[in-house]
Amino acid sequence: MREAISQALWEEMELDDRVFIMGEEVGVWGGTYAVTRGFYDHFGERRVRDTPIAESVIVGAANGAAMVGLRPIAELMTINFAFTAMDQIVNQSAKLHSMFGGQFTLPLVIRAVGGGGRQLAATHSQTPDVIFAHFPGLKVVSPGTPHDAKGLLKSAIRSDDPILFVENATLYQVRGEVPDEEFLEPIGVSKVQRSGDAVTLVTYSKMLQFSLKAADELAKEGIEIEIVDLRTLRPLDMGPVVESFKRTNRAVLVEEGWRSYGVMAEIAARLYEQAFDYLDAPIRRVAQREVPLPYNSALEQQALPQIEDIIRAVKEVL
Amino acid sequence: MNKTKKLELYHEMVLVRRVEERAAQLYQEGKIGGFLHLYIGQEAVGCGALAARQPQDRVLTAYRDHGIALAAGIEAKVVMAELLGKKTGTSKGFGGSMHMADTRLNYWGGHAIVGSHLPFAAGMALADRYRAQDNVTLCFFGDGATNIGYFHEALNLAGVWDLPVVWICENNQYGMGTAVARASAVEEIHMKAEAYNTAHSRVDGMHVMKVYEAVQEAIQHAREKGPYFLEAITYRFEGHSMGDPERYRTKDEVGSWEENDPIGIYRKYLIEEKVADEAALNKQEQRVEDEVQEAVQYAEESPDPTWDDLLESVYVDDYRDES
Repeated sequence: MREAISQALWEEMELDDRVFIMGEEVGVWGGTYAVTRGFYDHFGERRVRDTPIAESVIVGAANGAAMVGLRPIAELMTINFAFTAMDQIVNQSAKLHSMFGGQFTLPLVIRAVGGGGRQLAATHSQTPDVIFAHFPGLKVVSPGTPHDAKGLLKSAIRSDDPILFVENATLYQVRGEVPDEEFLEPIGVSKVQRSGDAVTLVTYSKMLQFSLKAADELAKEGIEIEIVDLRTLRPLDMGPVVESFKRTNRAVLVEEGWRSYGVMAEIAARLYEQAFDYLDAPIRRVAQREVPLPYNSALEQQALPQIEDIIRAVKEVL
Repeated sequence: MNKTKKLELYHEMVLVRRVEERAAQLYQEGKIGGFLHLYIGQEAVGCGALAARQPQDRVLTAYRDHGIALAAGIEAKVVMAELLGKKTGTSKGFGGSMHMADTRLNYWGGHAIVGSHLPFAAGMALADRYRAQDNVTLCFFGDGATNIGYFHEALNLAGVWDLPVVWICENNQYGMGTAVARASAVEEIHMKAEAYNTAHSRVDGMHVMKVYEAVQEAIQHAREKGPYFLEAITYRFEGHSMGDPERYRTKDEVGSWEENDPIGIYRKYLIEEKVADEAALNKQEQRVEDEVQEAVQYAEESPDPTWDDLLESVYVDDYRDES
């Protein structure tokens, strides 16, 4: 997936001089996760800008540059650091277009890396995507496959709306088919990543990969589940979710973040609102346990959702 | 500055004063909602500074923004319409008092989270340098904003990247009700720029011509060399916002500053320099009265924005509220 994201950035920068990257260690270092390796040498320091360690002004200056017509890609080394830029993201990026009556746009992408499981302890391991998805005006995209990462990131860069693009650090190694030819994936469209008729499983990002593995295991026992990948958290596309649920009448909702007030709490509520009559079993959620993630590896894994948890939840709703 | 421009400047300062006075009345009448921060007493800073810019130079400020909106060239009727929440306002009635902008005039708001617009100024200046344009960005903020992280991050970035920003601190002595000395470890605020290797100076913000000249020099510096920091010493004659009990300052203190009314000072200057006589200035003031009256009428007769207008503003892409 690392290469897919890198390709998307490279291609869009080649196409449009207004697109530039700014963030910590994006240039000379080549990106903390090596996503922008080679960019500095090719595009130069005008378009690949190393910044001070100051997230507020990284996002804030990107907001300003976007207001006047550039198309910045602001990189936050981890989404945990987005909290130090919270005002810029939720009070500014998400609001400025509307609050000034639509007289300017914010064609901005904020790339941020999230997720746990790497023994980075509590403040560097969070999956707080849902917090950002709370705010109208912002779009929140989080891909689960290399194909979608490339297609969605290219669309995000071309969009005139501000977009938070959340990548999962442990997905960078994931391999998958990516077309050689130019392609885009639409933002705000959920996608069925595996078809089945036993249970509707709704998920996104890293948990898509876990869910696909769980589905393989379940298939060995003759249980075929349908996996709907949200891909975009705002605007949320419930279409394929509801359509699938009306066929299976059962749902398992899987996310890496905490269960309480989570993305899947929203999905569950909407299923109850939009398809209550189709419900044949209580909806089950699989999510992170309600603790700050510890450094200790065994305990960290105990707190994070696992493939076995997904398999168990599917069997519970059958 | 030629005679015509000097008279225009007077017109502008009086216009700001009268619009603010009228806004205060409309607030008392319940026609303006939310917060209302008046620019009365600080007119020389915004008007003097904007007289020094070229049309391609960008302007941003904080929430005390009506005065600078007018100085940027937004018509009084459009300012008034925004205050009344009307569709014909600067921001279609979605922004209100604190969020006025007109990008056609290169006036980029009107930002009410303290300090949040300083990074915007850096980003706009970056965009101008990126496109090899030689315009500068004038960024106004209060003394209170120099204590928040944004100030330091933005001044540092502008310093590191040599961005063409003129930082203009309107030091009106109080961040809301807290005196500068009680909130800032550095009382001489322009000295803070020293930490970011940014050239700086201080100007008497009650003398519009002094502000004009100082900002001219600051703009030239920004265009040719990089960021500049100007501290304008000024005072707001009214409360922080409507309904401020003003327990933090005495009537005597306010009175002593009012003796230095920037409009009075400038009026005296124009007469002494024989730019205009009393009769001519009185006539100009009457024209302002009429303009404000027309502005209020326009605003009151303007339509409200609709729910569809609001939905259309949320995203550029099509949007459907699903709640």
